[in-house]
Amino acid sequence: MDYSEDYDGYDDVYGHSVDDDYYISPSNRQFIYNRENSRDQPKIGEFIRTEQDIQEEDESETASDLSDLDKARLESCIEQIKATLGPLCIPRNELVNIIISNNYNIERATNAVLDDSKNLQSEPKEKVPSIKVVASGGKTTTNVTKGFDLSQNKDSIKLNTTPRSQSPASGRGTPIISQSEGTSEETKIIKSKENKIDVETQYKKERGDSKEHLYMVVIGHVDAGKSTLMGHLLYDLGQVNQKTMHKYEQESRKVGKQSFMYAWVLDETGEERNRGITMDVGRSQFETKSKHVTLLDAPGHKDFIPNMISGAGQADVALLVVDATRGEFETGFDFGGQTREHALLVRSLGVTQLAVAINKLDTVSWSKERFDDISQKLKVFLKQAGFREGDVTFVPCSGLTGQNLVDKPTENELLTWYNGPCLLEVIDNFRTPERPVSKPFRLSINDIFKGTGSGFCVSGRVETGSLNVGERVMVCPSRELSMVKSLYIEDLSQTVVFAGDQATVTLSGIEMQNVSIGNVLCDPQNPVQVSAKFQARIVVFNLTIPITKGFSVILHHQSLVEPAVVSKLISQLNRSTGEVVKKHPRFLSNNTSAIVEIQVSRPIALELYSDCKELGRFMLRVGGVTIAAGLITKIIL
Amino acid sequence: MKLIDKSIDKEGQGYVTLVPEEPEDMWHAYNLISEGDYVRSSTVRKVQSESSTGSSTSNRVRTMLTIAVETIDFDTQACMLRLKGKNVEENQYVKMGAYHTLDLEMNRKFRLTKHEWDSVSLERVEMACDPTKSADLAAVIMQDGLAQICLITSSMTIVRAKIEASIPRKRKNFIQQHEKALAKFYDNIIQGILRHIDFDIVKCVIIASPGFVRDQFYEYMFQMAVKTDNKTLLENKSKFMLIHSSTGFKHSLKEILQDPAVVNKISDTKAASEVKALEVFYTTLQCEPDKAFYGKKHVEKANEAQAIETLLISDNLFRCKDVNLRKEYVKLVDSVRENGGDVKIFSSLHISGEQLEQLTGIAAILRFPMPELDEDDESETED
Ligand SMILES: Nc1nc2c(ncn2[C@@H]2O[C@H](COP(=O)(O)OP(=O)(O)OP(=O)(O)O)[C@@H](O)[C@H]2O)c(=O)[nH]1
Ligand SMILES: [Mg+2]
Repeated sequence: MDYSEDYDGYDDVYGHSVDDDYYISPSNRQFIYNRENSRDQPKIGEFIRTEQDIQEEDESETASDLSDLDKARLESCIEQIKATLGPLCIPRNELVNIIISNNYNIERATNAVLDDSKNLQSEPKEKVPSIKVVASGGKTTTNVTKGFDLSQNKDSIKLNTTPRSQSPASGRGTPIISQSEGTSEETKIIKSKENKIDVETQYKKERGDSKEHLYMVVIGHVDAGKSTLMGHLLYDLGQVNQKTMHKYEQESRKVGKQSFMYAWVLDETGEERNRGITMDVGRSQFETKSKHVTLLDAPGHKDFIPNMISGAGQADVALLVVDATRGEFETGFDFGGQTREHALLVRSLGVTQLAVAINKLDTVSWSKERFDDISQKLKVFLKQAGFREGDVTFVPCSGLTGQNLVDKPTENELLTWYNGPCLLEVIDNFRTPERPVSKPFRLSINDIFKGTGSGFCVSGRVETGSLNVGERVMVCPSRELSMVKSLYIEDLSQTVVFAGDQATVTLSGIEMQNVSIGNVLCDPQNPVQVSAKFQARIVVFNLTIPITKGFSVILHHQSLVEPAVVSKLISQLNRSTGEVVKKHPRFLSNNTSAIVEIQVSRPIALELYSDCKELGRFMLRVGGVTIAAGLITKIIL
Repeated sequence: MKLIDKSIDKEGQGYVTLVPEEPEDMWHAYNLISEGDYVRSSTVRKVQSESSTGSSTSNRVRTMLTIAVETIDFDTQACMLRLKGKNVEENQYVKMGAYHTLDLEMNRKFRLTKHEWDSVSLERVEMACDPTKSADLAAVIMQDGLAQICLITSSMTIVRAKIEASIPRKRKNFIQQHEKALAKFYDNIIQGILRHIDFDIVKCVIIASPGFVRDQFYEYMFQMAVKTDNKTLLENKSKFMLIHSSTGFKHSLKEILQDPAVVNKISDTKAASEVKALEVFYTTLQCEPDKAFYGKKHVEKANEAQAIETLLISDNLFRCKDVNLRKEYVKLVDSVRENGGDVKIFSSLHISGEQLEQLTGIAAILRFPMPELDEDDESETED
């Protein structure tokens, strides 16, 4: 088998320069945004830091390089951090570097400082509850933070986009990078500043004491055993009672599908059970030591990738399940197999932490060689797909026998070579990302259904901001207004929901048929943009035929699936530098990067990537294959 | 379409008399008639007549009308063709120079006079009158929550019905809503099939979808047919064919038309051959980019070098208002043929024709590479 060709492809897309810390080419980095901003930022700053690690006497130089504005920002950052953390044992020089490398973002810098000092005390990194640090610093630092948050945003635009995509980044209602806009921007800052104090205090109050909530999508090739693994885990954790399990056992035996009894916990429709195949994302939840986990069991079948994408779009982290059976791992891992496509998709959707369950090891008598062989192959591939080595954990298990799921293994063959964590511990070790609670409210609708009372419900992930019962929301693209009657998270009534939550919202004052999947609920004061046409920067994956002007594609934007046309090829870019290689190319072939214009068949709710990562990214698919990932750089109204 | 009469002189001036026999013929007529042509057909007019006593009565009369065409409107859904223009032959009811509309009617002959019949128009007449009529094809292309019922004839793909439903996703312990919505969605599709597909004409009904939707729907449909004793469905069960498509959107029709099982079944291959030709173009562009070009400028240059092996051109370009522009395209077609090249005129109503239209409407596969074309300008795609 020849993998090298595929690797070339992935190489070009994501792993341009493979290097532990800096594993993505600078121009493609933006495609791989990190949901854990607090961890992502320091990486960007590593350019600076590594240089300055050499010498400590560089202090004056660092500061003198800065513009007056930056100096002022720096000073106020130091002030704020000192105010937050009290007297510091860190030399000023180092502090300056940390702040600069965090783009003057106080929260992040504070985290970095804390991380550093924690590391000094050699505490396990995973235990740092980044979210709480933010909340605790929040109250005192808000004023400045918000202001700089915005400018930090601007900086990241400069960092992340090419000159070409930058110039048009001034759609209507978008903060424009120019001094003359100062006044209007300031008012904006002040407005959201007040909002931010409220929201963060509220967030801390509401969520401060409870376990962190983590959303995990389970992915992998068809029949890898995802549903069985999760069903068994849920059963072992007592989430499924014995009576129900007994019923599943009996009924599945009746239809000759007894091996699917655990899968039935998540595969609930008649069609899924009869065929033994997951078709739409199954949901459930369970608790680990430190977390409340919502699990999204994605379908592995190629034809259900649209459903898998909508599930993965709502997840913080992913569990990749591979079948260790001889021949089966290879099928899923070959080109065209979903082990690859799924991993690439979740990475493009912003997931950075991955656990890999090497499943069905019972079929190869818990062979260490097989485990090592598979881990090795996956490691190489995942690294090229843009995952950090430290963020990927491998765990041996069997979903059917229940080995190494919630308890230490008992199987002797496994015990001889494995003494690492069980699956539940691996899940517990995931880090919860920072939630952008103080940005304007956005929720992209993933499901619409009738509730028990009056009105109807929509559900989806709160991408940014927060929402209270009784607030008014706008449904976009139709721009109809509606009222929030009640809020739920997993059937529990709430008074407020925050970024990161998968919420169910009961709406009133709007007809159910006027709302569809892929619509966005937003703050009427600060609505999302609506347009059928935009410019984007895309990275083209493997293609069988090239993309030309007028190419028909299917656009996947959050849960929205809509036909679209690549209406213009504006320029082809150098993959690593982002420079324009050719204007108006005739076509785009494999593994290229380009600026294109996309015309959607009807208006959609969207955002610039620089304003909102979650609503500024999309995938293009053709004939059931993902051909490109893109970032919206300009909205054409 | 039936050809009744044809009289065209050496200069290409003259007329043809045609009788449209089926909806598709209206589409052919639409492509034949240009502004400035004369169309003569009978039509019903309301006539006011004043009696000697001064009271006026109005009654309907059928009269022959000849107009110099100024505007042409085609309604795809109804397959209606409406012409507007000045009357050029006075008769007892209609004055010279008065504006009139003329709807072409099924089974009623019309005479079309042109100053110049070019090769493309003559070919269209021939194609329209080809008696070896093809089997009509119907397709239901679907995914959860979206279905389109399409009719595919030799030169048209018409979406007869689009059924959209919001299907709640499966939710824990809440599965009935999902299944009920699905059943209702399927019921609507069945109704659509019964309303829009004429099983006397249609020889084959394709049900296409990703996943198992098509199987699920097919099973449901015939369960319901047995339950309600629906003879139409039961008697035509053998006409149904289940085919995979990657989505339920219309443009996945091209996957269906490439499926060997479908290609075998349909005797008429115009739609399928257009899909194939475009596919060849794209493959060439991928493998030998210097042998595939699109856009008028590039294609004309390639033609000057006698390099065109296959010309793909949308019929849309021949319907343009600018007479000279149309002439240029006709000349291009003639010239490619003279040089031994193949010309495929795509129907803009087919899925691949739509795609070609987006791709400037004109593309060519060359006999030999012409890298110089690529270099000479970068403004090709600007418009
Ligand atoms: N021997 C063995 N069989 C397993 C194991 N886990 C799952 N299976 C079997 O693999 C088959 C597929 O299991 P599922 O859980 O439905 O797989 P899936 O990944 O959820 O499949 P899709 O959701 O359709 O992609 C079933 O017959 C399971 O019994 C395992 O650990 N060992
Ligand atoms: Mg499954």
